[in-house]
Amino acid sequence: MLTIFGIPSAVLFGQLLVGLINGAFYAVLSLGLALIFGLLNIVNFAHGALYMLGAFVAWILLHFFGIGYWGAIFLAPAIAAIFGMALERLILSRLYSLDPLYGLLATFGLALLIEGVFRQFFGVSGQPYPAPLQLTGGMDLGFMYLPLYRAWVVAISLVVCLAAWLLIDRTKLGAYLRAATENAELVQAFGVNVPALITLTYGLGVALAAFAGVVAAPVYSVNPLMGSNLIIVVFAVVVIGGMGSILGSVITGFALGVVEGLTKVFYPQASTTVIFVIMVVVLMVKPHGLFGRGQ
Amino acid sequence: MSNAVPLLEVEELHTYYGESHVLQGMSFSIDRGEVVTLTGRNGAGKTTTLKSLMGIVAKRQGSIRFNGRELIRKRSNHIARLGLGYCPEERGIFSSLTVLENLTLPPIVQPPGVSLAKLYEIFPHLHARLGSQGTKLSGGEQQLLAIARILRTGARTLLLDEPTEGLAPVIVQQIGALIGRLKEEGYTVLMVEQNLAFAATVADRHYIVERGVVVDSVRQEDIALQMGRLQKYLGV
Amino acid sequence: MEKNKLSSYFLIGLAGVVVLIGPAVLSPYFLMKLYCFMLFACAFNLLLGYSGLLSFGHAAYFGMASYTTGHVMKNWGLTPELGILVGVMCAALMGMVFGWIAIRRHGIYFSMITLALAQMVYFFCLQAPFTHGEEGIQAVPRGRLLGLIDLSATMPMYYFVAAVTGISLWLIWRIVHSPFGRVLESIKENEPRAISLGYRTNRYKLLAFVLSATLAGVAGSLKVLSIQLASLTDVYWHASGEVVLMSLLGGMNTVFGPALGAAILVSMQTYLAQTGSWITIIQGAIFLACVLMFRKGIIGEIIAISKRISAAK
Repeated sequence: MLTIFGIPSAVLFGQLLVGLINGAFYAVLSLGLALIFGLLNIVNFAHGALYMLGAFVAWILLHFFGIGYWGAIFLAPAIAAIFGMALERLILSRLYSLDPLYGLLATFGLALLIEGVFRQFFGVSGQPYPAPLQLTGGMDLGFMYLPLYRAWVVAISLVVCLAAWLLIDRTKLGAYLRAATENAELVQAFGVNVPALITLTYGLGVALAAFAGVVAAPVYSVNPLMGSNLIIVVFAVVVIGGMGSILGSVITGFALGVVEGLTKVFYPQASTTVIFVIMVVVLMVKPHGLFGRGQ
Repeated sequence: MSNAVPLLEVEELHTYYGESHVLQGMSFSIDRGEVVTLTGRNGAGKTTTLKSLMGIVAKRQGSIRFNGRELIRKRSNHIARLGLGYCPEERGIFSSLTVLENLTLPPIVQPPGVSLAKLYEIFPHLHARLGSQGTKLSGGEQQLLAIARILRTGARTLLLDEPTEGLAPVIVQQIGALIGRLKEEGYTVLMVEQNLAFAATVADRHYIVERGVVVDSVRQEDIALQMGRLQKYLGV
Repeated sequence: MEKNKLSSYFLIGLAGVVVLIGPAVLSPYFLMKLYCFMLFACAFNLLLGYSGLLSFGHAAYFGMASYTTGHVMKNWGLTPELGILVGVMCAALMGMVFGWIAIRRHGIYFSMITLALAQMVYFFCLQAPFTHGEEGIQAVPRGRLLGLIDLSATMPMYYFVAAVTGISLWLIWRIVHSPFGRVLESIKENEPRAISLGYRTNRYKLLAFVLSATLAGVAGSLKVLSIQLASLTDVYWHASGEVVLMSLLGGMNTVFGPALGAAILVSMQTYLAQTGSWITIIQGAIFLACVLMFRKGIIGEIIAISKRISAAK
């Protein structure tokens, strides 16, 4: 077998793949967080719970309505988005005139609430969710074995991130979003319904989180705690990339996933904390994140 | 000159920023087709007046009637859609948008609006810079862009806040000529302007604002006679 | 001034009564735990309510002091006052380092840094051998206070915890009502103005951070001796979130409001422990209710109401 730096290639590339997959989730989740933070100025603590919600909706769709993966991948984000927009209208919109602290606390409370409800009904053990038939199995690449579903995870995440970036950078709606992030008051004075734009943006961010949840379901199984530890890492990713920078979040997400994966190979004890260490270092050197604009 | 009902009628407008009582009973009116200035010292409440008309400031009391409609309870996006175009003091050109995106951002509020072709004719230098980042333009170019984008919407009543502030005399002249042309085409302009010399070249009437109320008004015909009084108000 | 002195004496008297009568009504074991969390919450609030800094990782200081004291008590056989000293010094040191890092940023970034640093502590505790991972450090001996008083009996330990908590709360009161405390409040209200007045605001914020972390450490050390257990829940980010909720619920603009919030939350946790995840759901709901409607917290609202009543007279 081929070895690189004394590590068997299968192990190295296997771990690299795991890193890419984690990175894919970091990217999609931090994209949603950055979107929400850019326009609403709220750190959406509920993001992890909404990711979990997406996975559970997929599971419920399968077990109660017989709707499989391909249906769930569209329906779950849609359902979650509606739920998220309701949350924004009923709760978050009342907090915009206050210190941003309260937005963080409100979403923290929401996270507890959502997580608690699901823990109450489903316990803490995971429910399995099968990958769709079309994506089972894998290919032998010689230096490693590539499971088909895992390759799909990375590919579809890249596609979604690209689509989101195109939406924001190339469309009229994206122009409204970018302008409103800079000066919401003026955009509204031009005749744009900015409160509706804000609601829509939160819905979009939630949809991205839920989408990540559906994609994650066959990989990590579906359990109420799946978002809980992930959210803190995603926060670190967003801070490193630069809050409000869409491109920054995506690149940083994938990169950090790979870094984490490599750390696991060469220095396993540090793998859980390496991202936080990087965050601290970046914040000391580049306070607005690697891609952030000064505020 | 004046029609039966003024286009814009402000009566006893009170505006608050938190605890601060900034406008303390503003009253004035503007007829269709007029160019009117709000002048006065810094902090008198001129910018707040424009913001109150546009509904940007939340806490307002009194009456603002535009085309017979009461605006005092309306949100700013509704007010814009009634045909009012707003150009803020800081111009508000978005740095994360190109010049073209900036130009086409405000939606058409009175169809069909002004076509891009016509705008490029009036503002040729903008046509050359469409792909540039909005804030890469010079101050004067940004000001013209800010005016161009509200013209595009089809708004016929323009609220301009200090359009010539900090600009070179050449650009100031251009803006003056532009406003003159707009007046000929029947636009109504309410302008905050501390540059009296410039205001005198374009406006029909001037309102003097002091401590949140209109304290005086001068017609353009009388301005030579009243210049001393005006300069006293401005603390010159 | 007289009215204030009167209400101070009344409060101290009331506290004294509660401490003395309490064990007859409720379990002294439960009360000890309560006092520890009351102290933790008030220490935390030095930063949130009085300095305007939301530290979202305060469990790190509480938990590490807990683990450190637990470890030295079990393995080095120290007397409790020394054991607590070691734990508190550890918390103070962490406060200095983490505070120095976090204070370089403001607002939401400050909070995110504290959260990430605390998560690092959590993962460290998860993996370090001395913490025994999921099991935690169990059966921590309480030792003999000053080599004389045996604290393994419940009542001596109870009075010890009550005394240390009381002294620490008094210390917090003194800090808030000192010139230092007033500078902190002015920084919270308008930092640029404080800077323009010549205050080195970063130094004040760092000192507040260290004091807050140190006193949180006192609470953690007391806790591990009281319930004789140090576990991962003490350093998990949920615990950091809970102390924020305690402050918010009780009233973050008051010195002892957080203590009330702690009392309510710890009581709820103890008496609802058997109901599965309802405690999490209720906590989330209380968070939302406080943020939307009761931002002043319980004590804050009471003070506001009494002000309205006396103004109406």
